[in-house]
Amino acid sequence: MRISEYFRIPTVSSKSYTVWQRNKDVFMKDIKLNFLPPFIEPLLYLAALGFGLGRFIENIDGVPYANFIAPALIAISVMYASFFECSYGSYVRMYYQKTFDAIIATPVTIEDVIAGELLWGATRSMINAAVMVPVIALFGLIDISYALLIIPFAFLGGLLFGAIGMCFTAVTPNIMAINYPVLLFITPMFLFSGTFFPLNTLPPLVQYFAIAFLPLTHIVNGIRLIGYGTLEPVLLFDLAWITVVCAILLVVSINMMKKRLII
Amino acid sequence: MKKYKDLLAVNDVSFTIEEGEMFGFLGPNGAGKTTIMRMIQCVSPLTSGSLEIFGLDAMSHQREIKSHIGVVPQENNLDMDFTVYENLLVFSRYFDIPRGEAERRATELLEFVHLEDKRDTMTESLSGGMKRRLILARALINRPKMLILDEPTVGLDPQARHLIWDKLRSLKKQGVTVVLTSHYLDEVEKLCDRLVVMDYGKILVEGSPSQVIETYVGSGIVEAENNPELIECLQRKEASYEIIGDLVHIYTDNPKQIAEYLTMECSLSKLTARPATLEDVFLKLTGRRLRE
Repeated sequence: MRISEYFRIPTVSSKSYTVWQRNKDVFMKDIKLNFLPPFIEPLLYLAALGFGLGRFIENIDGVPYANFIAPALIAISVMYASFFECSYGSYVRMYYQKTFDAIIATPVTIEDVIAGELLWGATRSMINAAVMVPVIALFGLIDISYALLIIPFAFLGGLLFGAIGMCFTAVTPNIMAINYPVLLFITPMFLFSGTFFPLNTLPPLVQYFAIAFLPLTHIVNGIRLIGYGTLEPVLLFDLAWITVVCAILLVVSINMMKKRLII
Repeated sequence: MKKYKDLLAVNDVSFTIEEGEMFGFLGPNGAGKTTIMRMIQCVSPLTSGSLEIFGLDAMSHQREIKSHIGVVPQENNLDMDFTVYENLLVFSRYFDIPRGEAERRATELLEFVHLEDKRDTMTESLSGGMKRRLILARALINRPKMLILDEPTVGLDPQARHLIWDKLRSLKKQGVTVVLTSHYLDEVEKLCDRLVVMDYGKILVEGSPSQVIETYVGSGIVEAENNPELIECLQRKEASYEIIGDLVHIYTDNPKQIAEYLTMECSLSKLTARPATLEDVFLKLTGRRLRE
């Protein structure tokens, strides 16, 4: 496969919805268990970092520490939900459960399958955001005037991280090897994307790097702006960055998976 | 033709399967059977050559072709996250079968494969035979014109195998074209109207089971213990034979005559005459060396 072929727009049909439906049905079987993590996790982080550690921290940019990290917690959950769904989750369905093999024996194509998986990953991110927003709003940590905008924003962010996860699924030799991108990419982002301390405290070079290459930076920034209720123009820059990178990676990830599966 | 990086999996193969017939692909492991099955299912593109299914080109009409095909793959790939019944319903959605119709078909098919009692069991906890039967039911949810089975009875007990055979025969009666691969040669001999034997990506023979046996080994086989005297005797008679370790197989259309000749002329006593089977053809054509 030549490089240019990875950027060819794949033909995806509405059949990808049936793949999304399949994953949604599995999710609904354990709905109580699946709703618990996005509900409990922010409470734990807020208790330990926001209200515990936060007492020793001065306001950041005029905002109490708990309010500073609350939007970041949503962003982190958006990242984890779709990245894990489209890496470990998709890999298990592809390799161990042979779900993809079964589906492509029907009129559903491999492009539809991967598109359905990516849409489902984004849906998981959106569900997490939809659970966390009211919980965090209840503590008065986000401005509720635009808070609902976080939910579609989470879907977009979910697509982005889903596509990233899917690219790794397409090249990973085995399930253990997915630990590498988690350790070298996801975890550093979790810590250094303006999540628990402002980006501008880092050396300028690192800041530029984060803005150029770390997707979570833009998700955190976007959700924080919406959460503060201050829709500044810089939000448009974050949106544009996410949209462009997301569009490219969606195309690339589908083509990479096609290359892995169609032999 | 199908080429992987440095492996020619299927090479210069040409075959036609008639509508409504049961067609078998035989061959040792790695012969290219599964690759051909995957090509017919439109999930593995051809490197070169052409393949038409229902008169449609396999490379450009994948969706249409796949909507009329049912597949029983070699490896079980039931959806372990669902129950038996849900497996059929979820699968029916991939074919855009409306819900009500899908429910009717699912119930009907569970009866067809005798799994109605297992309706709400998770597929993980089914036995091997039950899983195979459920896969057969799943392959029929779209009422396929052609059913493709890759090793349908592998690892099953005789009861389960007979049940599957029975179901395949009744599907054939309903006009479904059945294409299968198998290592169980008795299975193919019993079921298939026509077959091909493949090895190293090529088709070696094609025909009905009886034709193939007749042409390649004759209708009968005499087995005798290997000793120099016997070989000399056979060479004198110009008989067709093969030495397999301690045994000698003599291929003939008239086993009785050969057996008599050997007892009379060569004073041999340990002889068994039996009808030739596909297994004899298979081993004669593909050799006895173990494959990976």
